[in-house]
Order: sequence, then structure tokens, then C-alpha cells
Amino acid sequence: MTAVMSPQDVSRVEDTSKARRHGGKRGGKNDHPLWFLIPALAVLVVFFFIPTLFNFIYAFTNWSSFKSAIGFTGLDNFITLFNSGTLLNALRVTLVYAVLVAIFQNLFGLVLALLLERDTRVNRAVRVAFFIPVIMSALAVGYIFQALLKPEGALNGILSFLTGNHVSIAWLGDTTWTIVVVALVHAWKWMGLSMLIYLAGLKTINDDVLEAARLDGASWWTTFREIRFPLLAPAVTFNVATALLGSMNGFDVVQATTEGGPGGSTELLNIFIFRTFGQGLFAQATTMSLVLFLAVAILAFPLIRMLRKREDVL
Amino acid sequence: MSAAPILSTKPELSGKTVRRAKVPVQPIVAVLAAVLLLGVPFWLVISTAGKNQAEALNPNLNAPSQWQLFENFGQVFSEGRMLTGFFGSLLVMVPAVFGVLILGSMAAWVLGRRGGKGMAVIYAVAISGIVLPPAVVTIVLLLRQLGLAGTAVGMIGVYMGMYLSTVIFFVTGFVRTIPPELEEAARVDGASPLKVFLKIILPLLVPVLATATILICLYIWNDVFYALFVVGGRLDTLPLNLYQVASSGLYLQNWHLIFAYITLMSLPLLITFVVAQRKIISGITSGAVK
Repeated sequence: MTAVMSPQDVSRVEDTSKARRHGGKRGGKNDHPLWFLIPALAVLVVFFFIPTLFNFIYAFTNWSSFKSAIGFTGLDNFITLFNSGTLLNALRVTLVYAVLVAIFQNLFGLVLALLLERDTRVNRAVRVAFFIPVIMSALAVGYIFQALLKPEGALNGILSFLTGNHVSIAWLGDTTWTIVVVALVHAWKWMGLSMLIYLAGLKTINDDVLEAARLDGASWWTTFREIRFPLLAPAVTFNVATALLGSMNGFDVVQATTEGGPGGSTELLNIFIFRTFGQGLFAQATTMSLVLFLAVAILAFPLIRMLRKREDVL
Repeated sequence: MSAAPILSTKPELSGKTVRRAKVPVQPIVAVLAAVLLLGVPFWLVISTAGKNQAEALNPNLNAPSQWQLFENFGQVFSEGRMLTGFFGSLLVMVPAVFGVLILGSMAAWVLGRRGGKGMAVIYAVAISGIVLPPAVVTIVLLLRQLGLAGTAVGMIGVYMGMYLSTVIFFVTGFVRTIPPELEEAARVDGASPLKVFLKIILPLLVPVLATATILICLYIWNDVFYALFVVGGRLDTLPLNLYQVASSGLYLQNWHLIFAYITLMSLPLLITFVVAQRKIISGITSGAVK
């Protein structure tokens, strides 16, 4: 539409708007009335901010399905959850999971983007294929990998075939390593999205810069490390922030693969909240929900500021 | 794995070739990566979905001795409440997406055009929902107090509260790139703000709204966590029914049915994606890297 207007048109329009702003009593403000904000803010307040506010209230009560009365109990929920070790465990598991997912998802996404960078027919088809997990339900992905990673499952079958020995590793039954396996599954589901964003970032890099580096005799790796990766900063910001914060709020993949086990070693905050809510211990679930809210809030803003600062330096 | 072929490429110094020289190894590695990382899991789904119960008891990569894919589809279709799940998913997704697009762009237009400290604060609060997790437990309490517990309306409200921030964020940035002169021209002709918004602004927002639609549809269609809290057991959606099929004792270890269900439930988004992949991919990437 802009292209249709000639420069004279634009200047004429500007003249009239200036004249109106100076002459008429109606300033530019009435042109964008505040009531346009009201429906959106009303929905946000009712369905987002009031429940969040309730978090700060009901975390300090004994609200449960076992009695109808709700009374204030102070910090009891926090003390109980802290003393039983579940609070720190769930918080630790959530943070470890989020960091692992962010690392794997970005690593895979970047490697895929570099592998499929050239615009060939094969690469385009493979890119589309790698985006399929992104559009699938995370719950479904979890069930697929639960079957794949069983002790007698397909992955061990492939490994048995390759090594010639019978392999029966319990990929989802190890209290130390299962969280890594589950984070890999989560990263597998989302790596196609990271790949796309990195591909878009790589496309924005000026070819002349790369050509100059090449003429200077820079190797592929030097060009990547010194020029291309730093110029990918906006894509890194987006990918790291979404992966980290998205997986802190994770549930589906873990619920479908391990349900928090073995021995609580993959019990994310959301898994705990769901399980406790199902048991009718609403106040404890609310307390953990508040913990998740605070953890994300404390992490998110410095994280985004830090990543943005990295962009500014360039 | 994939670094090897790229590293082995010698930089092309001659002529105007900007891209690396053609390497025959790269396509092979690309296809191999797709086959190993995607082919194996997807083959497991399809082959298991085509087996009978005895063969599927322990899912492996062998082809079924006798394909019975469509019999299994039929069984989950009737026993897994596939149709009610499909329409339940649509029932919450369509109004929620329309709602966030309309309310979000109305707010974003005003937020993008008006300046001042107050607007900056409202904007910051309005987009904070992008990162902050929803209070999933107390929202159930609130819905009970509002008489909306377990209803589609309650679910729609919860999704709208969750994704309005995303729409406001995307659209406000886009509104700022639209020259204000376009509105002024209509305003001089005596158009009301509502008319300016509907006739001038909304049509210009189509590209950014398309991106937001794709993302939000993806989230809502596949969501099971919030649905479990808000409408679990009261309303059928596709992911909720999958959860029931997979976790109920009756279906335990019935992998052929679970995978038949997963195949059917993935089809609507898969078909949409295959048909419109170019637009979807460019839409998603344009919003992220600026």
C-alpha cells in the first residue's frame, strides 16, 4: 500500500495531520482510544494475573480436597516440601533438564542448519522432514521414545546388531543418566525449530564478508568461529531463551517416558504439581507452582538481558 | 558427524562462486542423518501400528507379518473416541485463536501507536506472559468460582490468557513498521478509530497474524498439560484421549493401538504442514530473527 502513495501524497497527508494536531482540540490520542486495550487486558487479568496472584495466597494455606474449609498455615507447605527434600530435588531436576535441553537442542539445531545450509532439492526435503517432530504432540513423541528405549526395544536391537552382543540397557531406568536421555528426546522434538531459526540467521549474513574471509585464506572452521557464529547472536538469543524457558515449563515428554522416575530423578516441577494435584493436595501443588513461577521470573529477565548484551557488543 | 564433510570442503577461491563447491558427500550425510534420526522412530510408529497385539507387545523394527493398519485405525477410531476428541480440540482451538488474534491486535495497535511511560508499563506487563508460566493450579480454583470449571469456555479463556502475550508482542512490533500516514489519510476522510482499525490496520496485519496463528495452533492442538487440569475427564481433546489410551490399564502395552492413535492424531497438522510448508516455515522464521 505504501508503494501506491506518491511522495506528494505522503507530504500532503502529513500536512493535514499536522494542521489537525495544531488546530483541533482532539489530539492524536483520540485516534487510538484506550478502550481498545480493555478486552485484552480484561482477559489477561482474569485468566493470567489473578491466578498468579492466587498462587501467592494459596501457597500459604492448607487448601486440599479433604476438607472444605481453607485456613492460613504460614510457611508450613514450604517447610514440609523443603524437609522432605522434594522441593530442592524438583527444582534441581528442572534446572538440570532445562540446561541440558538448551544445550542439546541448540547443538543439534546448529549442526543441522550447517549441514543443510545449501539450497538443494535434497536439503529442502530433509529440512521439511526434520520439522515434522516440531508439529507432533510432545506426548506422542514421548510414547514413541518410551517404546524405542525399552530394554528389549528397538535401540538396543540396533546396538545388538551392530556390536554382535546382546545389549539390554535400561535407557529410562537409570537414576543418573535417564534425565540426559529424556532431555535428548525433548531436544529431538524441537531441534527442527532451532534449525530453521539458525538457517534464517545464516541467510542474513552478508556473502561479501564471507568471501573476504575466504580470500584471506580463512578455513571453514575459522570463518565459522570468528565471523558466522558471532553474527548468529540474535538467533542464539532466541533459541537459547525459548529452549531454556520452554523446558523449565516442560511436562509432556517426561510424563510420557518416565512419569518422573526412576526414584524421582526426572521429577520436574510440573510433574510434581500434576501428581500432587491428582492426590488432592492442592496447596502443596500451588506452592510448587509458585516456586516454578519465581524460578522462571528470576532466571528469565537476567538471561534475556545477558543474551541481548552479547548482541550489542557486536 | 555432519561437521566432517563441511570441514573437508576446500574453499573455492576462483570466480564469483560465493557458496562452497559442490560436495557429493553432503547429500549422503544429510539423507543418512534423516534416516537414522527420523526414519527409525517413524518406522517404529508405522510398523507397530500395522501389527496385531501379540506382535506389538514388544515393539521392534521388524515389519508386521501381516499388515492390519486400517483395522487398528478402525479400533482406535471407535474405542479411543477419536472423533469427539477431534471436535473437542477444534472447539477449544478455533475460538481461542480467533479471540487472541482480535483482542491482541486491538491492544497492540494502541500500544504500538501511543507513547509515554504508562503505555510502556502496560506493554511490559502485557508481554510478560511470554516467559512467565501460568498458575495452573489456582486457575482451576478461579474457574470453579466463575462456574467455568471443566467447560470449553473455561479452557478457551485459559488458552487466551496464555497466548495473548505472544500475539501482543508480535503485532506491536509489526504495527510500529506501518507508516502512520496510512491511517491519517482515512482519518481525514472522517473514519472512526474502529473503522480505521478494521479497514486499514487489520488487513495490513495479515502476515504477522498468520505467523501467530501457526504457532498458537501448534501449541493448543498439542497441549495436554493445561487440558489435564482444566477439562481432564470432562471434555475430550485429541492429546487428552491419547493420554487416556496410553495410561489406562486396559490399553497398557497395547502399542499397536497407541501408535495407530498417534498416527491418526498427527495427520491433521501433518497434512496442513505438507500443503503449506513454504508459508509456515517462512512465517515462523521471519518472526524470530530481526
